[in-house]
Amino acid sequence: MPKLYSGAEIVFKCLEDQKVEHIFGYPGGAVLPIYDELKNHPSIKHILVRHEQGAGHAAEGYARSTGKPGVVLVTSGPGATNVVTALTDAYMDSVPLVCISGQVPTHLIGTDAFQECDTTGITRPCTKHNWLVKNINDLPRIMHEAFEVATTGRPGPVLVDIPKDIQFAKTKYFKPSKKKSNLKIKNRFKQKDIDQLIELMSKAKKPIFYTGGGVINSGPKASELLRELVSLTGFPITSTLQGLGAYPGDDNQFLGMLGMHGTYEANNAMHDCDLLINIGARFDDRITGKIDEFSPKSKKVHIDIDPSSINKIVKVDLSIVGDVVDVISSTTKTLKKKNLNLVKSNKQKISNWWQQIQKWRKKQSLSYIGSDKIIKPQYAVERLYELTKKQDTFITTEVGQHQMWAAQHYKFNKPNRWMTSGGLGTMGYGLPAAIGVQVAHPKKLVVDIAGEASILMNMQEISTAVQYNLPIKVFILNNQYMGMVRQWQELLHEKNYSESYSKALPDFVKLAEAYGCVGICAKEPNELDEKIEEMINTDRPVIFDCHVDQDENCFPMIPSGKPHNQMLLGPNDQEANKISGKGKALV
Amino acid sequence: MTKSKSAYSTPTKLGKIDTHIIVVWVDNEASVLSRVVGLFSGRGYNIESLAVAEVDHKKNLSRITIVTTGTPQVIEQIVLQLKKLVPVHNVANFKRDDKNVIFREMALLKIVANPIKIKKALNTCKNFNPVVLDQTKKSVVIQITALRREIDNMIKNLKPLGLVSASRTGAVAMTRGAEILN
Repeated sequence: MPKLYSGAEIVFKCLEDQKVEHIFGYPGGAVLPIYDELKNHPSIKHILVRHEQGAGHAAEGYARSTGKPGVVLVTSGPGATNVVTALTDAYMDSVPLVCISGQVPTHLIGTDAFQECDTTGITRPCTKHNWLVKNINDLPRIMHEAFEVATTGRPGPVLVDIPKDIQFAKTKYFKPSKKKSNLKIKNRFKQKDIDQLIELMSKAKKPIFYTGGGVINSGPKASELLRELVSLTGFPITSTLQGLGAYPGDDNQFLGMLGMHGTYEANNAMHDCDLLINIGARFDDRITGKIDEFSPKSKKVHIDIDPSSINKIVKVDLSIVGDVVDVISSTTKTLKKKNLNLVKSNKQKISNWWQQIQKWRKKQSLSYIGSDKIIKPQYAVERLYELTKKQDTFITTEVGQHQMWAAQHYKFNKPNRWMTSGGLGTMGYGLPAAIGVQVAHPKKLVVDIAGEASILMNMQEISTAVQYNLPIKVFILNNQYMGMVRQWQELLHEKNYSESYSKALPDFVKLAEAYGCVGICAKEPNELDEKIEEMINTDRPVIFDCHVDQDENCFPMIPSGKPHNQMLLGPNDQEANKISGKGKALV
Repeated sequence: MTKSKSAYSTPTKLGKIDTHIIVVWVDNEASVLSRVVGLFSGRGYNIESLAVAEVDHKKNLSRITIVTTGTPQVIEQIVLQLKKLVPVHNVANFKRDDKNVIFREMALLKIVANPIKIKKALNTCKNFNPVVLDQTKKSVVIQITALRREIDNMIKNLKPLGLVSASRTGAVAMTRGAEILN
């Protein structure tokens, strides 16, 4: 007779077999049996958050910085509904999460019992799959399947809803099966697809790589292979917000981020290219701008692990469905085998293209008007980058202007170092995500570049950082406005700053002290470096209140409904254009 | 052109809208139907008709037949999304005018009228395999099988003959010849 285990024990046995080391959660009535079992499993550390949304984002930060799935444990009802934002966020940005939620006992389901909600119903559209465990005998299989679904193909969140009586019930446990299931078939491309890609590459005069989060999700090997491919071909490369770090941000072939707040050179190159190679990106609407006029002259290639991404937004000429690692390594192998020395044969062909790109680069679209009286937010990010680039730094962000400035001015050299909410755009993401990153990398420097509005959305999680001695740094670019909202209101709603100013902000230094961490405030450019150094050298959680220019806008930008080649440039350029009178047409 | 005040782009030209019949083989389990239907409702698309029943008890398989309308891009997206669902085994997609596929719907029609009208009603139905399932002096329940628009017509024609209630299944589909879908 094999040993029988309770549902709660099975949850942990499964987590152990899946090599889970950390879970993020918050207890409550319907998960108490699982929490009771926690003490018997010393290899699994539980991080107690202050709000379930924080648990979800922390698990996301953990997952994105390690490549391993993040695990969340919440109770029924409000516990589950609070985690919905994080699940949706993970779904949009393809982050592997396994969320285990308690549920009221089976016989009470559907009776409006205390802390009951239809968790699987609510989370169905924001998970890859979810399960309501109604029979204890299904639990081991479902738990293993949950990890498999979350981590295979295009990763994403899953949820396992376990009623309280199932947590007490007993059954046999079995380990995850080794055999490959259907889910693991990820590559559906043939050699002829690769040959076709190489054919297109050898013909192209104005090629560009457009890479996204899929490269990061494919693992560190994908980034290495991407670097090799880019250097082998000599093609320019641009990246989406989520793809930053897959290719070194300070490399000469890198044109910077593209899209709404991307660089002038990246967006113009996307518009004028004759071959666009999308690797692991999804033609998001912040990237494409006006879809009818998106890259009108190019042949388009789309490499993605998810067949449903192909032709979803933009019709492509060649689709290659597969894992980025495998597609790039096939491509490089074939390139080398055919001895098509693209670098030599193409260098001539694409040299005009590079000349054109250099012309665009001369616009210096990320430049801004500096000041010695007031801290410019871009300057703050630049200084943060300069003072932290020597060490392996992990950056998370909230959502808004500060996020775009971070993406523009902080240069990433390695994958998994940049955690930001791109798809869903969740304010309040960065602080809990930083906690998750720091849990996974206790010795590394983790900075949440934040705005003062976003940070208040999940401020409570600083208490979690203090409890577990997680020395995260919250670097707030404080302009007292919801900056991105204010910017849109300035540009599109005749400066009617409706409800975008926060009149009663806390004193962040005192707030830090109240939470038991360190508060630092910088108001002038000349004290910034010293204060940033102080922050880096503090081995405790820090809230850094950086007072920045309230009127600064994030440029360049593609105004809504405009194509890539009609960018709105910053004040330097607008000033120059005012004189010649050309600029008006752009606004 | 007026300046757009939106942070989003304005909609551009739409493709041609066609009627499609989508057949989905799924594990017969709780919530599977809402997963499938959710892909339509989540995109704001209406389902014209839906037929679902278990077809293989041993393998626990159900077959869902969905009739819907959409642009080619939307239909392709729905089919690809359906294939990604964990309990979905296979998906087939046909245009309504596909000559290789047979589509049928069944309807139960209740007519309350005098015997002359009932006789006329039965006669009207004669091309659509009518079966009388119940008959009294004042009423009849007729089962017919036909295409959707034929049933639409029948309902229109039977109204003056005393049709009081109509109950219809969604369309089900099968390929012609020896080929099978799955």
